[in-house]
Amino acid sequence: MLFLSKIAIAKKYNKMKRVEATVVYMRDTFLFLLPLLLCAVYLSSCNSSDSGNAGSAGAATARHDSLKLPDGFKSITFADSVGKARHLAVTSKGDIYVKLASLKAGKGIVYLHDSDGDGIADERSSFGDYGGTGLFIRDSFLYASSNEAVYRYRLNENGIVQQTDRPDTVIKGLIDRHEHNSKSLVLDRHGNIYVNIGAYSNACQTTDRVKESAGQQPCPILDSAAGIWQFKANGINQGYHNGTRYATGFRNVVGLDWNEQRDQLFVMQHGRDQLFQLFPQYYTAQQGAELPAETMYAINEGDDGGWPYIYYDHLKKQKILAPEYGGDGKKTAGEKAIDPIMAFPGHMAPDGLLFYTGTMFPEKYRNGAFVAFHGSWNRAPEKQKGYFVAFVPFKNGKPSGDWEIFADNFAGESTISAPGDAMHRPCGLAQGPDGALYVSDDSKGTIYRIVYTGK
Amino acid sequence: MKKIWLALAGILVAGGLWVIGCSSPTAAAMKRGELIYAKTCLPCHQADGSGVPGLNPPLRNSPYVNGEPAKLIGIVINGLSDGVQINDEDYTNPMPPFGKALNDNDIADVLTYIRNNFGNKATAMTADQVKAGRK
Repeated sequence: MLFLSKIAIAKKYNKMKRVEATVVYMRDTFLFLLPLLLCAVYLSSCNSSDSGNAGSAGAATARHDSLKLPDGFKSITFADSVGKARHLAVTSKGDIYVKLASLKAGKGIVYLHDSDGDGIADERSSFGDYGGTGLFIRDSFLYASSNEAVYRYRLNENGIVQQTDRPDTVIKGLIDRHEHNSKSLVLDRHGNIYVNIGAYSNACQTTDRVKESAGQQPCPILDSAAGIWQFKANGINQGYHNGTRYATGFRNVVGLDWNEQRDQLFVMQHGRDQLFQLFPQYYTAQQGAELPAETMYAINEGDDGGWPYIYYDHLKKQKILAPEYGGDGKKTAGEKAIDPIMAFPGHMAPDGLLFYTGTMFPEKYRNGAFVAFHGSWNRAPEKQKGYFVAFVPFKNGKPSGDWEIFADNFAGESTISAPGDAMHRPCGLAQGPDGALYVSDDSKGTIYRIVYTGK
Repeated sequence: MKKIWLALAGILVAGGLWVIGCSSPTAAAMKRGELIYAKTCLPCHQADGSGVPGLNPPLRNSPYVNGEPAKLIGIVINGLSDGVQINDEDYTNPMPPFGKALNDNDIADVLTYIRNNFGNKATAMTADQVKAGRK
């Protein structure tokens, strides 16, 4: 077709004078090529929309459950659509309890059971009329928290809560002023329970998150929040008056765990926000996105993390004076504050911490730490970061190497500009009796079961 | 005579534009609003106005954004520290007050931008409305 048209144009061209012929030739060529060009543009747009559809369909499959994992690991969707799944725990029989941030069908704790042993929950029920984050099993009790109290349910010999409507109130009256109100919790093996009480503030400014508002000196929030409180695990109706401020100066700890090897509390702190927005004279937008570090601490009684007076800069490896308290991004401070044992890039929001004590995973993972990073919002307009589960190798109770990404692709998109773009957001971590790792997602309510098969 | 008709027609057109201009956003206000949004609001409410689940409220499909202007102006001027519930979702981070950092025109323009972006379609806001909201 194209060939024949070219012959016809050539015949016409031969009959004309040279200059005129050139003009006519160009016009004819243009007229001839124009429809072709338009057709090509149309087709290419068809193609791009086709490939776009194929891409999103592919991503949708990937989102369903194909986390990116190291070789030999596989993930299975144990359950989905359970609600805003925060922390979770596995019973000795392999059943799962999940705490929901807000009520689903009027309930805040979900029970999941796999009756045929295929690795997927086929029975579920729910109870508890409060939303919250914390959930932990120790011995024959399930502990769960609202944003101001901790409740305890007795587990029967099969690891099941039978009296779902009559929990003991272990702790009550903890401060909840909306901001950082998750009361995540963990128990040691000596009859104590540790509860995070997050700061109801970003940096203890006189007016929270307002440019040029000075830091309060001393910060009054530290009296009743921004720390870890210790209570008796079998106490009833405890409050601030009979709890101990076990560690202070921790802005907001959502992920925490008890390290059995060291018999010690480990926590993940959410670093402060908005260095650039509040102090553009000292920080670039890029520095504001990267700083400060998200930090892991090994805690002893009486330790101080330094908030709000300092933050940790993982690039300089130093504790830096907060700009609300006279800092300029360079001055160091906080000699009395403890150093983190591991630091991660800023704002990734570590919401889950778990020391792996199973034997299903290869040697490398044993006694190491998994950290669930919920994913950032504070890096805008830079692209967001996190939305993965990281791993930190440990030897003799200390990190033996740098952190690495263990499970990725929760978000289902390679570039996340806003958290709303993320399909799933990892939050809680738990280990099954067989050594499988469970991860909760508080966006779509997926519970992932990650196993090692070696294949 | 012809000139008079022309002048009258001109006035009519100008008057029509003035009436429309009162409630629908001008390009200039939208442009100024966009710049203020990027600097002041975007870090928390995000580039697409989707907010942060559980923390910072979305600005799209929000009764606060598309509803009563005086209430919205009050939130920008005085902030909000008690958390809010929007479409059955709780949002816990506080909104800082911007009454000092932004002047009446700034607030009018940024709200005009927000009310006509992210899929929103609501009336423009004026500096006079903001001024009245400061009292």
